[in-house]
Amino acid sequence: MRKLILSHATEFALFCVIAVICAFLSFATDRFFTLGNAFDLLNISAINIIFAVGLLVVLIAGGIDISFAVAASVVQYVTALALQGINGGGWVSGFLIAGGAGIFLGLINAFLIHQFRIISIVATIATFNIYFGLLMFFTKGVSIYNLPDWLTTRVILYEREMADGSWSEITLPVLVMAVCAFATWFFISRTTIGRQIYAFGDNPEGARRFGINIGAMQYIAFGWLGLMAGIAGLMQAHYAQEVVPNALYGRELDVLAAVVLGGARLGGGKGSVLGCVLGVLLVSITQNGLNLMGVSPFAFKMIVGAIILVAITLSNSRIETLLPMLAAGKSGRGQGR
Amino acid sequence: MNALAARFNTIFGADMAGPFAALAAVLIFFGLASPQFMTGATLGSVAFQLPELGILTLAMLLPILTSGLNLAITFTANIAGLTVAWTLQHYGGVDAGPGAFILGCVLALAAGAASGFAMGFVIAFTRAHPILVSLSMMIFLRGLGEFLTRGGDVSGFPEFIAPIGYGSVLGIPVPLIILLACVLCWHILLSRMKLGFSAYMLGSNIESARYSGINTRKVLVLVYTLSGAMAAVAGIIMLARFNSVRVGHGESYLLITVLACFLGGINPFGGFGRVLPVFVALIVLQFLSSGLNLLGANQHLATAVWGILLLTVMIMRWVWAKFIKQLT
Repeated sequence: MRKLILSHATEFALFCVIAVICAFLSFATDRFFTLGNAFDLLNISAINIIFAVGLLVVLIAGGIDISFAVAASVVQYVTALALQGINGGGWVSGFLIAGGAGIFLGLINAFLIHQFRIISIVATIATFNIYFGLLMFFTKGVSIYNLPDWLTTRVILYEREMADGSWSEITLPVLVMAVCAFATWFFISRTTIGRQIYAFGDNPEGARRFGINIGAMQYIAFGWLGLMAGIAGLMQAHYAQEVVPNALYGRELDVLAAVVLGGARLGGGKGSVLGCVLGVLLVSITQNGLNLMGVSPFAFKMIVGAIILVAITLSNSRIETLLPMLAAGKSGRGQGR
Repeated sequence: MNALAARFNTIFGADMAGPFAALAAVLIFFGLASPQFMTGATLGSVAFQLPELGILTLAMLLPILTSGLNLAITFTANIAGLTVAWTLQHYGGVDAGPGAFILGCVLALAAGAASGFAMGFVIAFTRAHPILVSLSMMIFLRGLGEFLTRGGDVSGFPEFIAPIGYGSVLGIPVPLIILLACVLCWHILLSRMKLGFSAYMLGSNIESARYSGINTRKVLVLVYTLSGAMAAVAGIIMLARFNSVRVGHGESYLLITVLACFLGGINPFGGFGRVLPVFVALIVLQFLSSGLNLLGANQHLATAVWGILLLTVMIMRWVWAKFIKQLT
């Protein structure tokens, strides 16, 4: 047990923080600790978690991607237009088109990064501007409202009537999220290619000399993120029942913050699906709790930002640097720095 | 040809070649494509639009040189603008005197510097990644601003502020003069001062900088403080240009400033790059968007073209390093 905690320090710390927040909220509000609220939380977080597990793979591979959220917007638009073109379609064709378009956009990033040796943040900032600029230019900012019926109808997987007569339900995005999270976990921790991605992210040159195909790693990591972004885009369109070109603009930084909060290292080689799910959940539980406590919605982001800042500060600093006296006392007359 | 290149390099520095080539290409292309391009009107609009983006880019430049990023610059600028606006309102809104404005500017610079200081402090002492620290500061400042303004505008300023956004002295727009002064400050800071030198050293290799006796923590804190203060200058200019302050003004500039830095030859890992090529890169970006405007395109297409330009420059560099350097 102790070994498990030590090897998953970030995840464990996050879990403790979430547990403390949940315990506090359960006493502070009577609505928080209910099944209905837990379902709400899952429904709200689902799309961000799908984005997050995709971004996680790219971060583990030592890259960073700024463009995935606007890529998802492009995918939404392309999918909506393609579905109109084939007169409706269904869930299968929807997932195929969205996933395919997402992978294509992700592979463009990987191509630029691998072929021309452009650093990933430079390449994806460029593609971010290109995707978003072209999307807004060609669509003129016009939203699509007449989506096929199957896409806008809420799919309820499980529902239960609460004591007060309201219905709490789990919807399709939660199932998709669970599948994506499980698939990513299996991919990065149980397959050879996944382990190679860790090795590549930790030390690209070492991985190359070990015989790992570096180009394939880049294409697979960015392709995976593209696939996840495409699926998340489709789910967002399903959830919002409309396609708005700039709806996901700005989402990339929120997701990035949550993923890194969950222990993924900018620079590669480290990160887990559990940590990244917990990172997203911490942010949404905080927002949900503030909402239930009747805090002004305008204050949400401020408090969330402050919590992330404190969490980073705590998770990155050792006890010694924060409390020099304590460390000096513990190690006797050790090297005081 | 080689002698010419050598002379160019001694006068301007080797890193100026890319931005100057891009500038020449843009001027020639739009000069041929649109007869109105080579006129005073274009020059005027570029001169007035350049400063906001330019000063924000300067704020982004310093952290990138130390191999960091400051993603909070646009919202720092908003908070600084709000500080000025509230100071003016406190002293009578439209009737406030120049004294109130100067006090507001000082407070705004202090607010910007304070946000930068907080980030620099966390980055220097916890070694947390700058992207993450500045990202959470950005989320915090955006929330703070939205909380304080309830998402609305703050406006109603005295008339003497308008010239800062629209006035001219000897035919040179006032915002451009402020930008040039800031560029000069940064140039001197980076090429003549100890702090600038230390910042380069930090960006190249923070450990060896520390072992050679540079107080890396102090340098990091100062760099982010200066970056925050520079963002505050941009906030004051935005206030004068829009004649109002709203949280979210200039938000779309954030990633453009990073783009401008990379276009100006700043090394994404820090340690290398100068101010003047970045300044030229900014002029290129602004001419591009003005030229596209003349041809009937909108700002969104210009944004896409900016991205394509960045990719083109990066691919050219790759081609240069792979093929042309081997030949000579």
